[in-house]
Amino acid sequence: MTSLGSPDELETLRKSIIKSRDPNKPCITICGGTGCHSFGSEKVVAAFRQEIKTQKLGAKIDVRTTGCHGFCERGPLVVINPKNIFYQRVNAADVPEIITETIVNGNTVDRLLYIDPGTAEKITHEHEVPFYKKQKRLVFGNNGNIAPTVIEDYLAVGGYAALSKVLFKMSPEAVIEEVKKSGLRGRGGGGFPTGIKWQSCRKAEGDTKYIICNCDEGDPGAFMDRSLMEGNPHSVLEGMIIGAYAIGAHQGYIYVRNEYPLAVRNAQIAIKQAEEHGLLGENILGSGFDFNIRISRGGGAFVCGESTALMASLEGKVGEPRAKYVHTVEKGLWDKPTNLNNVETWANVPLIINEGADWYAKIGTPKSKGTKIFSLTGKINNTGLVEVPMGMTLREIIYDIGGGIPGGKKFKAVQTGGPSGGCIPESSLNLPVDFDELAKVGSMMGSGGMIVMDENTCMVDIARYFIAFLEGESCGKCVPCREGLKRMQQILTDISEGRGKNGDVELLERLSAAIIDSSLCALGSTAPNPVLSTIRYFRDEYEAHIKDKRCPAGVCKELITYRIIDEKCPGCGLCVKACPQEAITLVQKKKPVVLDQDKCIKCGACYDVCELGAIEVK
Amino acid sequence: MNIEGKKVTKKVGSILDNYQREKGMLVSMLQDVQAEYNYLPKDALMEVSQGLDVPLSRVYSVATFFKSFSLKPRGRHLINVCLGTACHVRGAVRILEKIERELGINPGETTEDLKFTLETVNCVGACALGPIVVVDGEYSGEMRTDKVIPLLKKYD
Repeated sequence: MTSLGSPDELETLRKSIIKSRDPNKPCITICGGTGCHSFGSEKVVAAFRQEIKTQKLGAKIDVRTTGCHGFCERGPLVVINPKNIFYQRVNAADVPEIITETIVNGNTVDRLLYIDPGTAEKITHEHEVPFYKKQKRLVFGNNGNIAPTVIEDYLAVGGYAALSKVLFKMSPEAVIEEVKKSGLRGRGGGGFPTGIKWQSCRKAEGDTKYIICNCDEGDPGAFMDRSLMEGNPHSVLEGMIIGAYAIGAHQGYIYVRNEYPLAVRNAQIAIKQAEEHGLLGENILGSGFDFNIRISRGGGAFVCGESTALMASLEGKVGEPRAKYVHTVEKGLWDKPTNLNNVETWANVPLIINEGADWYAKIGTPKSKGTKIFSLTGKINNTGLVEVPMGMTLREIIYDIGGGIPGGKKFKAVQTGGPSGGCIPESSLNLPVDFDELAKVGSMMGSGGMIVMDENTCMVDIARYFIAFLEGESCGKCVPCREGLKRMQQILTDISEGRGKNGDVELLERLSAAIIDSSLCALGSTAPNPVLSTIRYFRDEYEAHIKDKRCPAGVCKELITYRIIDEKCPGCGLCVKACPQEAITLVQKKKPVVLDQDKCIKCGACYDVCELGAIEVK
Repeated sequence: MNIEGKKVTKKVGSILDNYQREKGMLVSMLQDVQAEYNYLPKDALMEVSQGLDVPLSRVYSVATFFKSFSLKPRGRHLINVCLGTACHVRGAVRILEKIERELGINPGETTEDLKFTLETVNCVGACALGPIVVVDGEYSGEMRTDKVIPLLKKYD
């Protein structure tokens, strides 16, 4: 590959790639995202390649392993283009039939189609599946169309056109103006206006400036940044190069979690390809602009999502934050002006340049523009990644896209914003989701985690879980966070283990206020959110634990008992075998079993194996 | 210096060279050292310190600050139980407790026969499959307590 030396050479290459591809040639795309991969998509890909070889169809069909499609719940996913036929939960054994029936004979394989749980109808095309129908997949959409490790795929869908436009037709100031006008706000959690951040960094004194892509996605239950980096790394690189040009930086870093090996690998491949094509490195596209990117792998510390801690880690130091009297856009990495944005923010940039700020600003709400990717998880039928315009209601996201709560259970709350977000109750389900509305109800956007909880989720336990998480991740530098969270965790543990006292809730509220006011960084100052929001909306659950020593959701071990429902138990003995304590005995065949409460350790093994619902937790 | 020591010097040296001995890449270097030895041996940390001209105390503080590093030898198989929120609400703690009971160790510990090391992770981003247990990078999703023993039996 010779390096591209001008915008024309880029366009010529793009045209030749598009020309060499027949749009009517069947292309089998198999999702290779982490979810589908875990469901065994690799075997499905191998089976397709083998079967195509066996049937000697190699010249007639393309096979493409793509990034995450988003609908993780139904993986492994296979989409056959150009007809857009959508098969779900595909096994290697299904492959010969798909090739023969769908590719050769042009029929659908009915049993692999998705059945709409609402109407019980079979759905043939991907875009008709309710999960996708209401989404607006501007940033995430190409994930399902391109192979992340093939730069030609990205070029074929218009990749690097925005970069070319910026380098040759726009001044750095014009780029910043465009991003400002688009209304793009940081997708990593803070929601700070991206254009203004860029401008401050451009204006900051100093010749050497850095930009950073934060892919240290530490929020449990959020995986959109990973999926973008794994599935469409070039879109992130393109955004970064545009940002670097606008700010005047020549060195960039991608800080990525080491727990994301595929994201690391695909980003490395993408950087190498971009360098070989003259899209990264010295004299990009012959413009005279130089920019390099290095990858740095994180060591698994949640606090490194905080910008100053991340920068300390990039300098090879312990990832502790510092007070931000001087902003990082003035003094960041190695004390030089540094602009940090997260993966999703960078991936939005080429879109804004290509389509224009005015077009972008039409999407969303007055103060939150564009789309946002959410990872919908927990007690929800359709787990996966969803991209929707800002301002869609929680109800639409959870019920229309997410398909509601499994097992006919009742919705209790949705937790947004990661560990330092809040729990939002049913009464606020009509809330339009944007940065400001979420803040109003005591939660936040965060990086876009959305964890749905049903009636079997205990809100005290959830608050304790988050505080325990944050206490463990607190770097220990400042006292309010280090000691305050430890104390909160003790109180919450006491409540969930039946040692709660009157006044504990009020004490938690007072402690929260102090921690919010006096912590050094955002980890501490937002940490009490899950406690405050659960107290605000679910005070009765706290009261039940403290006063009645009862866990209404049946979760807190010290406050519950397992019981056999005699009427439902046929005495099959499955639970007897499962019990590690020999606490359950089959006294007589075909008669209900007997559970010895003194021996029971409440491990839940019996509950898991009983398929008849004959064991209850109270 | 014994033969073992020379090997460590050579190995660590080549890891540092991969990053042009840039001090800022310390975390990545330690990750490569750990990938090589399965943990961070004391000798290797001393080599890193000398090779980069960074105080050993700094190397030690980084090695103990980040969760993914271990200063003790780890077992042949690494079990990671995901305790992310999505897995938590789907009962991940019960799975963890079952593994703890089966192996007789707590998270962060290694079995006496050096077969398994048990660790927990905050989220592996495969929430659709929760609760998830990852053994040597292999994901086992939709775990239940009764699936734990068959899973552990697959490894020797």
